[in-house]
Amino acid sequence: MSKKQTLVVIGNGMVGHNFLETLVASPINDNYDIITFCEEKRPAYDRVHLSEYFSGKTAQDLSMVTEGFFDKNNIKIHLGDKAVAIDKENNQVTSAKGLTISYDKLILATGSYAFVPPVEGHQRENCFVYRTIEDLENMATAAKNAKVGAVVGGGLLGLEAAKALKDLNLKTHVIQFSPRLMSAQLDAGGAQMLADKIEALGISVLVNKNTQKIIDGTERKHKMLFADGSELETDIILFSAGIRPRDEIARISGIEVGSRGGIVIDNQCKTSDPDIYAIGECAVWNGQTFGLVAPGYNMGRTVVADLAGQAASFTGADMSTKLKLNGVDVASIGDAHANSQGALVYTYQNGAEEIYKRLVVSADKKKLLGAVLVGDATGYGTLSQYYLNAIDLPENPDSLILPARSDESVGLGPDALPASAQICSCFDVTKGQICSAVEAGKHTLGALKECTKAATGCGGCSALLKSVLDCELAKSGFEVNTDICEHFAYTRQDLYNLIMVNEIKSFNELIEKHGNGRGCEVCRQAVGSILASYWNDYILKTEHLSLQDTNDTFLANMQKDGTYSVVPRMTGGEVTPDGLIAIGQIAKKYKLYTKVTGGQRVDLFGARVDQLPLIWQELIDAGFESGHAYGKSLRTVKSCVGSTWCRFGIDDSVGLAVELENRYKGLRSPHKIKFAVSGCTRECAEAQSKDIGIIATEGGWNLYVCGNGGMKPRHGDLFATNLDKATLIKYIDRVLTFYSRTADRLQRTSVWMENMEGGLDYLKSVVIDDKLGLCADLETQMQHVVDTYQCEWKTTIADASKLKRFRHFINSDKTDENILFVEERGQIRPANEEERLHMLAVEEA
Amino acid sequence: MSHWIDICSVEDLQPDSGVCALVEDKQVAIFYMPKENALYALNNYDPFGKVHVLSRGLLGDIKGEPMVASPLYKQHFSLLTGICIEDASVAVDVYAIRIENKRVEVSLGK
Repeated sequence: MSKKQTLVVIGNGMVGHNFLETLVASPINDNYDIITFCEEKRPAYDRVHLSEYFSGKTAQDLSMVTEGFFDKNNIKIHLGDKAVAIDKENNQVTSAKGLTISYDKLILATGSYAFVPPVEGHQRENCFVYRTIEDLENMATAAKNAKVGAVVGGGLLGLEAAKALKDLNLKTHVIQFSPRLMSAQLDAGGAQMLADKIEALGISVLVNKNTQKIIDGTERKHKMLFADGSELETDIILFSAGIRPRDEIARISGIEVGSRGGIVIDNQCKTSDPDIYAIGECAVWNGQTFGLVAPGYNMGRTVVADLAGQAASFTGADMSTKLKLNGVDVASIGDAHANSQGALVYTYQNGAEEIYKRLVVSADKKKLLGAVLVGDATGYGTLSQYYLNAIDLPENPDSLILPARSDESVGLGPDALPASAQICSCFDVTKGQICSAVEAGKHTLGALKECTKAATGCGGCSALLKSVLDCELAKSGFEVNTDICEHFAYTRQDLYNLIMVNEIKSFNELIEKHGNGRGCEVCRQAVGSILASYWNDYILKTEHLSLQDTNDTFLANMQKDGTYSVVPRMTGGEVTPDGLIAIGQIAKKYKLYTKVTGGQRVDLFGARVDQLPLIWQELIDAGFESGHAYGKSLRTVKSCVGSTWCRFGIDDSVGLAVELENRYKGLRSPHKIKFAVSGCTRECAEAQSKDIGIIATEGGWNLYVCGNGGMKPRHGDLFATNLDKATLIKYIDRVLTFYSRTADRLQRTSVWMENMEGGLDYLKSVVIDDKLGLCADLETQMQHVVDTYQCEWKTTIADASKLKRFRHFINSDKTDENILFVEERGQIRPANEEERLHMLAVEEA
Repeated sequence: MSHWIDICSVEDLQPDSGVCALVEDKQVAIFYMPKENALYALNNYDPFGKVHVLSRGLLGDIKGEPMVASPLYKQHFSLLTGICIEDASVAVDVYAIRIENKRVEVSLGK
C-alpha cells in the first residue's frame, strides 16, 4: 500500500488557489495530502477586480473560493500564517506561528509586493500601496477625512487605483514618472488619447513628474515636491509604481533567484531544488516575470502535469491585455512600441469619437507584430488571433483598423483559425475544444460557457466565442431552428416585433397574417404574453381567453388534484393585522390550507374552481387585490424591515419595495420576475438572488440584475451603484422592457443575459448609455403598462359573463366529487390514492 | 340508435377553449373551434394527472391533428381519437357531439 505524499503550497492568492483547483480536479489528487499557507486573513480573492470593492462589491463577492472548497477536498489551510523558512535538506517548511511541516513536494506561489520608490517621506501617515483588501479598507478609512488623493504610477494598476480614489469621492491625481500613461503597453499616441479620456472623467493626469520628497502640506496633509520644481498638495498618497516578486523565502533558503529578483524556474516550473516549484508573479522564467494571472494559471497547469509524469512545458506567455479602465476600452497586443527590426506602423486616429488604433506589422506586411487600441477595443479578438497564430494579414492591413467600408468585410472569420488557436486566454480554451463542445450538443452561448468555461473570466472573448459557435453550427449543416413552434416560422422576438410594428392586437389576427394552422399551447401562451406585455389588455377578454394556460385562465394556480391556490398581493410583504385576520377568516370559511410563501405572502390552497369568485369577492372587500401568482409576470418584491425599524438599516427598503411592487404589479413578461430590496449590505432580503435586486448604501441604491434561485441559482450582477430613486426606476423600466422585447419564451433574465452577445456590458450600454437609442421608447412602453394596470380579479368579479366559466359543469351546479381531502397537522391536504379508494368505498357503503 | 343528451346552448361554449359537462354520471370535456365550426367531446379525466381537468387545457393542432394539451403535465391528446400523442398506449374516451337547433348534444352511445 502506498502512503500518500504531502504537498505544500505557500501562498493562497489567485495563482496559488487556481493551482489547488487544477490539482484537485486531476486524477493525481488522491496521491497527496495537501496543505496550504495563506499570509492574509482571508483565502484567495480576485485582486484583478479589487477596485470594485469601492463600487459596491464585498470581500465575499471578490472571493475566489467556492463554499466548502477546502473541507470538501481535504485541504488544510493555515490562514493568517506565513511560511518563513524552507529547510530543503530535510524537506521542511517553518511558519511564522512556529509550525513545522514536512513536504514531499513544495509549490511557491508567494506572488509579488507593491514597489514603493524610496522617496523621502514615503512612510508618512495615509501613504498606502494598492494590493490587498486590507489596503483598501485602510484607504477607505483615511478617505473619510480627506478631499484630495494622488496615485504615484500611471500604469494599469495605478489607473485602477485612481478609479478607486474617485469612487471614494476624492479629487484625484495620477502622477506618472515617464512621459506617458501605461508606458509598457501604449505608444505615445494611444497614451495621449487615454490621458484625454481619463481627464474627461475628472481625474487629473500629470506626466514627467519625478516625486522627490513628501513633506507637511499647508492646505492638505501632504505636500509632494517634484524634480521640476512643481508641487502638489494631497491628503492621501497611493503608491502603484510596479510590483516586485516576493522571493525572500527562496533567498534565505538557498534557492536560486534571478539577478533582478524572482525565483528562477525552468520549463517545468521547477526551481533549483527538484522538489520545489514556483508559479505566478514570484517566478522568473527565461529572465522574465509575468504580472498577469493567465501565465500564472498556465504555470500551475504545467506543475500538475509534471507531477503526473506528463510532458508539459511553460514556454512563456502572451502579454497582450484588454481591459476597461474607468469605462475606457484599452488594449495592447505584442510589440506595441514597434521595436522589432523593420516594423511598419499604421495609425488611425479619430479625434471626434476619441478612438486611437495602431497596428505594427512585419516589413513584408504579412504578419501582425503588435497593436494598440484605445477608445474602441472591438477588434481585439480578431487582432490577437492574427498575432498569436501568425496568420497572414489581408492585402491592406489597415483595413483592420479603419472603419468598415460599405462593401468590405473586415475581421477574421473563425474559419481561418486553426484548431489550436486559443480563444479564451483566462482558461486556456482552444477553438478545437469549443468545436468539440458544439459537436457534443452545446448549441448556445450559455451552454458553451458552462461546459468549457470560455468567456467566463474577463469576458473579452465572448464575441469571438459566439462567432465560432455560429460558424460551427452553420458548417455542420445543423440548421438552428429558432422557430417558436410549427405554427409560426418566427422567434419570440420576431413575433414581438410583428405585433409591435403592425399593431396586431389578437392571436387570430397574427396567425392569419403570419402563421398557419390552429396554434398550440406553445405559441398561444407566448403570443398571449407578448400581447399582454405590449398592449396590457384584460387577459380574459374573449379573444385572449384561449391563449391563457389554466393558471391564467382561472386567475389562480392549479395544483396536482385539480384544485387551485389563491394568492392575494401583499406589497413588500407588508400586511395589516386586519388584513391578516380577514385572510384567516376567509381561509377558515372555505376550509383552505394556508402557507406562507418564499415571496413573503400567504398562499391559500384547495379552492375549487367554483369557489374562486366567492373567495375573491371577500378578499377584495377586505382590501386585497390579485397577487398575479398565476402569471408569467412580476411576482413579489421581497424586503427586509429596513431603516424604519432595524438598528442597522441604511434606507427604507420596505417603502421602496412597496413602491416598486405597485409600479410593476401585473407586468406580463417572458417568465416570472422576482425583486427584492435590502436596507443595508447585510442583505437580509437576499436581493442578489433575484431578477432585480436592490441594496441600500450610504450613497444611494445599488442595482443588481439577472439573478435567480431555483434549479440553477445565479447571483445577480452589479449593474449600477449609488443611484437615486428616479434613476433606479428608469433603469429598471428599461431593463424589464428590453427583456420582454428580446428574450425567448420562458427564458429567465439570467439565461437571457448569458446568451446575449456582449452580456452584462452590452446590457449596460443599452440601458445606461442608450447605445441603441431605445431608452425613451422603453420607458414609454413601461409607463403605458403602469398606467393601464387593473386588478384582474376586480374586473372579472364585476362582469357576470366572465363568471359563467367559474363552475365545474356547464350544465349542472354540482361540483367535482372526486376532489377529496384528508387532514394533516390541523389542515387539509389532497387525499392520496390509497386514502381515496378507502374514502370512496366508505361513501358507497 | 344513438341516445343524444341535451347539454347547453352554443353561446355557452368558449371559443377555442373548453368547458366540462356532466353527462349522466360522466364528466365530458367539450371543445369548440368556431373557425372550423368544429366540436369535440372527450372524457374529462386526465390519465396522467389522475384528475378531471382536461377541459381546462389549451387547444391547437399538431401537424394538422386537432389536440388538447393537459393543463397539468402538458401531454397532448388527439381530439379526433383521444389517443395521447406522446404515448399511444394511453387514450381517453371520445364521444359523439353535434349541434341541433343551436343546442349542443352529446351521445355516450356504444
